[in-house]
Amino acid sequence: MSRDLKYLIWPLWIAVLVWPFTRLRGALIVLVAAAACSALLFAFKLWKPKIALSAMPRLAGFSGRTKTGLLIALVLFSLALPFALNKYFLDVVVTAGIYVVLALGLNLIVGLAGLLVLGYIAFYAVGAYSYAILSTHFHLNFFWALPVGAALALLAGLLLGLPTLRLRGDYLAIVTLGFGEITRIVLNNWDGLTGGPNGIMHVGRPALGGLNLGTPAHLYYLVLAVITLAAWFTSRLNRSRLGRALVAMREDETAARACGIDTTRLKILAFCLSAAIAGMMGVVFAAKMTFVSPESFTFWESVMVLCMVVLGGMASVPGVILGALALIVLPEAFRGLQHYRMLVFGTAMIAMMIFRPQGLWPSKRRKMEMDEAGASL
Amino acid sequence: MFLQQLINGLTVGAIYALIALGYTMVYGILEFINFAHGEVYMLGAYLGIIALGLLTQWGVTGWTLAPLLVIVFAMVWAAAWGGTIETVAYRPLRAAPRLSPLISALGVSIFLQNFVMLTQGARDQVFRRELLFSSDFNACGLSLASCTVSYTQLLIIGTALALMTGLTLFINRTKLGRAMRATAQDQRMARLCGVNVDGIIRLTFVIGSALGAAAGVLVALYYGVVNFHIGYVAGLKAFIAAVAGGIGSIPGAMLGGLLLGLAESFGAGYLSSQYKDVYAFVILIVVLLVRPQGILGNKRDKV
Repeated sequence: MSRDLKYLIWPLWIAVLVWPFTRLRGALIVLVAAAACSALLFAFKLWKPKIALSAMPRLAGFSGRTKTGLLIALVLFSLALPFALNKYFLDVVVTAGIYVVLALGLNLIVGLAGLLVLGYIAFYAVGAYSYAILSTHFHLNFFWALPVGAALALLAGLLLGLPTLRLRGDYLAIVTLGFGEITRIVLNNWDGLTGGPNGIMHVGRPALGGLNLGTPAHLYYLVLAVITLAAWFTSRLNRSRLGRALVAMREDETAARACGIDTTRLKILAFCLSAAIAGMMGVVFAAKMTFVSPESFTFWESVMVLCMVVLGGMASVPGVILGALALIVLPEAFRGLQHYRMLVFGTAMIAMMIFRPQGLWPSKRRKMEMDEAGASL
Repeated sequence: MFLQQLINGLTVGAIYALIALGYTMVYGILEFINFAHGEVYMLGAYLGIIALGLLTQWGVTGWTLAPLLVIVFAMVWAAAWGGTIETVAYRPLRAAPRLSPLISALGVSIFLQNFVMLTQGARDQVFRRELLFSSDFNACGLSLASCTVSYTQLLIIGTALALMTGLTLFINRTKLGRAMRATAQDQRMARLCGVNVDGIIRLTFVIGSALGAAAGVLVALYYGVVNFHIGYVAGLKAFIAAVAGGIGSIPGAMLGGLLLGLAESFGAGYLSSQYKDVYAFVILIVVLLVRPQGILGNKRDKV
């Protein structure tokens, strides 16, 4: 019985914690809300309903025919989408699409190679700024800028990766975070080249010959094409020799090396590929906004992309896509709730890690690993 | 000029060192970067302002012990937050893969920032130090050669030193401190020897949060204004200080904090103040490349 006492103590404790910030009235409201939650949890515990949270519907594993059917439906749906949405929502969808590709790119290095990178947005910034500068000064065409942005970001990845990739997990995370910050600060202060905090305006929209391809619908199809390509590319990579080598390295670096995998080369390869993808999307972003400024490339953007990968399900292509769409579209849908949505978002991240750490749509391989780990505990 | 920068650097460095202790203690035991620690420091700064508001309401700000009350209030409440965060967001994830607690910490961070923004407003909050100290307390100070050390700076350095001495004594001389060191060395063995490992881990978070909150109050006292995103940059720099000093090492965190404060102060004074925030990262990258275990770190922690 004394263990049940915590259901009573918790709401009181939380109310005491928030009291200095909310004062008495707010604390009482919190107390009532927390008590209600607590009562609900207590009732849950008494009746022990069969639906455990960790056993939520398993999304993967359709039979071959349903899979094809769903795929066709998905293709038709995404092709028809611009006709059904107004300009604003189309814009949100295009942004979500850019993040989908970014998340797929980061997934290569976080999900497959298991290296935690917290400054991913820096490569995105490199791509965006290189297009912005080349477009405003030299009127470089968007389609030429795509490979240029990717190449420059790749170069940045190489520069950062060569000295740092021998560091272990957490340290790598911090160094890449530092790289991201340095990039942002340099962009903010190098007034001559980057326009400082004001950024660069009047970046060219995509155009082919005399044809302007800058409308939201055009951008939508462009992004859709890039997503398809990236998804195809990463899922092929997942099943390739290279992908397997990456996963082997993620699971046990020493064992992988003993099997003859050149881990340093592999890490740099994954890092550069992922940087190039970010650089390319940076170009798309700059063309979409026709404006770049350091504000778009903060640490929180990196965190958002990382969350997409982890919440969606690491190393799972559909999972990562789902995660990216959820994280961009859901806050947009709850815009009416204003700031509360971020509060809920933070809580959801914690809850997700506790109750469903494998992500919304885990990859088969990873799910098996996690179940195995759970069984052996 | 040189002496002045030295004093300013030491003041800021003492504050970094206090925050860095929270990172290094948690990392020493759990090998986990507590990304939410910067937010706890921010909570501390706000709690200081709230405490000051309460004292004003009761009309006892002129009391000699009022500054002490403010800092103790902030430390106690932040410690309670720290312990709660550990229980709710990190404890269930002890056995999870390394990325999970990190994401959870980022969640806590987002939650705390928005919680403070919602309840305290998005604008800068003023810490009315003139209520606690007479108006010339901050302006005047000791004159040394060509520079002045304001009383506020002395107070900050003194408080930080006192807290750090207290922590060192606690860890080296008390039974709980010994249990904490044992847990950091080998959790399983400590448990076998009868140490309440879960309790020690919570205690680590509680102490770290209290120190972070003290740093928050000191910053509010030093600059006079705070806002809800001070936690991010300060937390980052303090973490870098902890890494530079040797993560997991308590004297290392203190040394790293002071060095970082000095580097920033001299960098801003002699090189460029625009790039003030970059120096920390440059130091980090250099340390990681040259001496990855940090200045006072031991080799045990292979990089």
